[in-house]
Amino acid sequence: MTPVLETRDLTIRFGGHVAVDGVSCAFNKGTLTAIVGPNGAGKTTYFNLISGQLPASAGTVQLDGVDISRDTPAARARRGIGRAFQITSLFSNLTALENVRLAVQARRRAAMPAGPRRTLSEIVTRWDSDPSLQARARDYLADVNLVAKADTPVAALPHGDKRKLEVALMMALEPHVFMFDEPTAGMSIDEVPVVLDLIHKLKARGNATILLVEHKMDVVRSLADRIIVLHNGRLAADGLPAVVIASPVVQEAYLGTRSRAGRKGGAHA
Amino acid sequence: MSGFTNTLLSGDGPRSRVLTALLAVIVGVLALAPFLFDGAQAINTAAKICVFIVLAASYDLLLGYTGIVSFAHTMFFGIGAYGVGLAFHFWGPTWTAGLAGLGIALTAGLILALAIGFVSLRVKAIFYAMITLAVASAFAILAGQLSDFTGGEDGRSFRVPELLRPTTMLFQMPLTGMSVTGRIATYYLIALAAAAIFLGALRIVNSPFGRVLQAIRENEFRAGALGFDVVAYRTIGNCLAAAMAVLAGALYALWLRYVGPDTTLSFAIMLDILLMVVIGGMGTLYGSVIGATIFILAQSYLQKLMVIASSAFKGVPLLPDIFHPDRWLLWLGVLFVLSVYFFPTGLVGTLRARAALQKD
Ligand SMILES: Nc1ncnc2c1ncn2[C@@H]1O[C@H](COP(=O)(O)OP(=O)(O)O)[C@@H](O)[C@H]1O
Ligand SMILES: [Mg+2]
Repeated sequence: MTPVLETRDLTIRFGGHVAVDGVSCAFNKGTLTAIVGPNGAGKTTYFNLISGQLPASAGTVQLDGVDISRDTPAARARRGIGRAFQITSLFSNLTALENVRLAVQARRRAAMPAGPRRTLSEIVTRWDSDPSLQARARDYLADVNLVAKADTPVAALPHGDKRKLEVALMMALEPHVFMFDEPTAGMSIDEVPVVLDLIHKLKARGNATILLVEHKMDVVRSLADRIIVLHNGRLAADGLPAVVIASPVVQEAYLGTRSRAGRKGGAHA
Repeated sequence: MSGFTNTLLSGDGPRSRVLTALLAVIVGVLALAPFLFDGAQAINTAAKICVFIVLAASYDLLLGYTGIVSFAHTMFFGIGAYGVGLAFHFWGPTWTAGLAGLGIALTAGLILALAIGFVSLRVKAIFYAMITLAVASAFAILAGQLSDFTGGEDGRSFRVPELLRPTTMLFQMPLTGMSVTGRIATYYLIALAAAAIFLGALRIVNSPFGRVLQAIRENEFRAGALGFDVVAYRTIGNCLAAAMAVLAGALYALWLRYVGPDTTLSFAIMLDILLMVVIGGMGTLYGSVIGATIFILAQSYLQKLMVIASSAFKGVPLLPDIFHPDRWLLWLGVLFVLSVYFFPTGLVGTLRARAALQKD
């Protein structure tokens, strides 16, 4: 089986600093891979190389066996690579609904043949004239408990809501590959389960390829089929969660994480 | 809003009672202008307002909705004016000539907008602004140099189709006995075209395409990450704005029956439309209606007011100098600074924010 997503010797240098260093890794359909590693390990940079925000210095990214290393971020998104950013990136002066609706629209547009007809209908029809698109956008808002804030401009939303909206935008794109970059960071305790539920359900669908950067070990343990560890830009470990968490390399890379993870894991259970 | 108005405005109404009232007054007065006022200056001013509403709205499409700073907008205005003007001048005052001129102008404008877009919409905003400035200057110089064709600095006067001539008497108004001339017909042609183009622009900014433009303005990075081709959207937005400016130029030429560098291509006009959009409120379209109206009224009547003020202060030291009609640009500048200071989001932005507060 060809992996849905694969990176081969993926590398990026910033001046002398090698932020991602020859990472080769394949991700299969229907799996959730957690990516862990200390701050500055290169996890976000690895994501940026996959979704195209940064150009690789060396190595390739393959999607369904096709080399997409030279595609723009937009082209990769249209091919089905979805990204929820660690640093929230939204359209501040548009409402929550408009934000999600843009993602719904992007998804539908990518499925239509390009050409003057598509462009023309996009220009002359009214934004809210297709109730099915509006309804879809509302559904995605509902999935993150934001329906009540549908008409609020994003700039006026509290941080936790923005984080949830960030995730909703990716969900609305309906990609093949979902890349969550610390989705629950900065959320209050009572907001976290909404997002985790969403990832659980997504995983249960069985056809999504999910990459999840997450620091909370209890979360990783409960969700991941596999863990990879990045350390100084290198792939330091790769395997089943129980094995990787117990491995010396994680103990070293995640100094002191073991006891924290254990405590939280215990509380969760 | 009633269903019909809502459809007409593409669901994007004024959203402020004060703004609605202001717009109603402006539209009402413009609709009845030929019958409300005597004299050439009033109807000239009204026609100019109609044209500049379209021109400012087209610039708002670029600046306010797409976040593109361009100094080439008067070039497209000029292309429209020269296209229609030179067609009438060389091919005679027929409708066919006018439409052919408009068609050529639209084609030329779109090709230029596309070319500028492809070459430069990938670069940083500041470089784009500089490139447009260079292209527009080159175009203005070219129009001046090709004097055999364009009439150079003197420009070209031309005649318009029979129906639109001032000497043409169409009919007499039943009650007042006022005669309706070709001039009035021209005015209504311009006013109706301006209304249609404005409503078209309102539809564009409220279309799926328009929301993507706004998204790109807000966050180009995320728009790209959702799969929208930023450069393609900007280029199309640029073309639409250019086409609108071409239409505005054609209407202006039709009204002036003259086309020259000073009335269409000058950098002063570029600054004027920038001020109109900023005073009215960027990214609202209604701002261009308010901005153009205030600006053109000030431009047309400020000097007159100042003559009065200046003579009223005769004998008082300094004051007559300050209010000397030659200083009108200074006062316009003061008006601009005050309006930006008190209404940083423009008049429309401020009125809408106030209305939204009252609703909560
Ligand atoms: N655009 C950039 N320019 C220079 N250095 C960068 C850039 N992006 C990331 N880095 C560096 O790469 C390293 C990895 O960062 P990052 O991928 O954000 O880590 P993580 O997400 O694992 O916390 C850091 O040392 C960071 O400073
Ligand atoms: Mg990171």
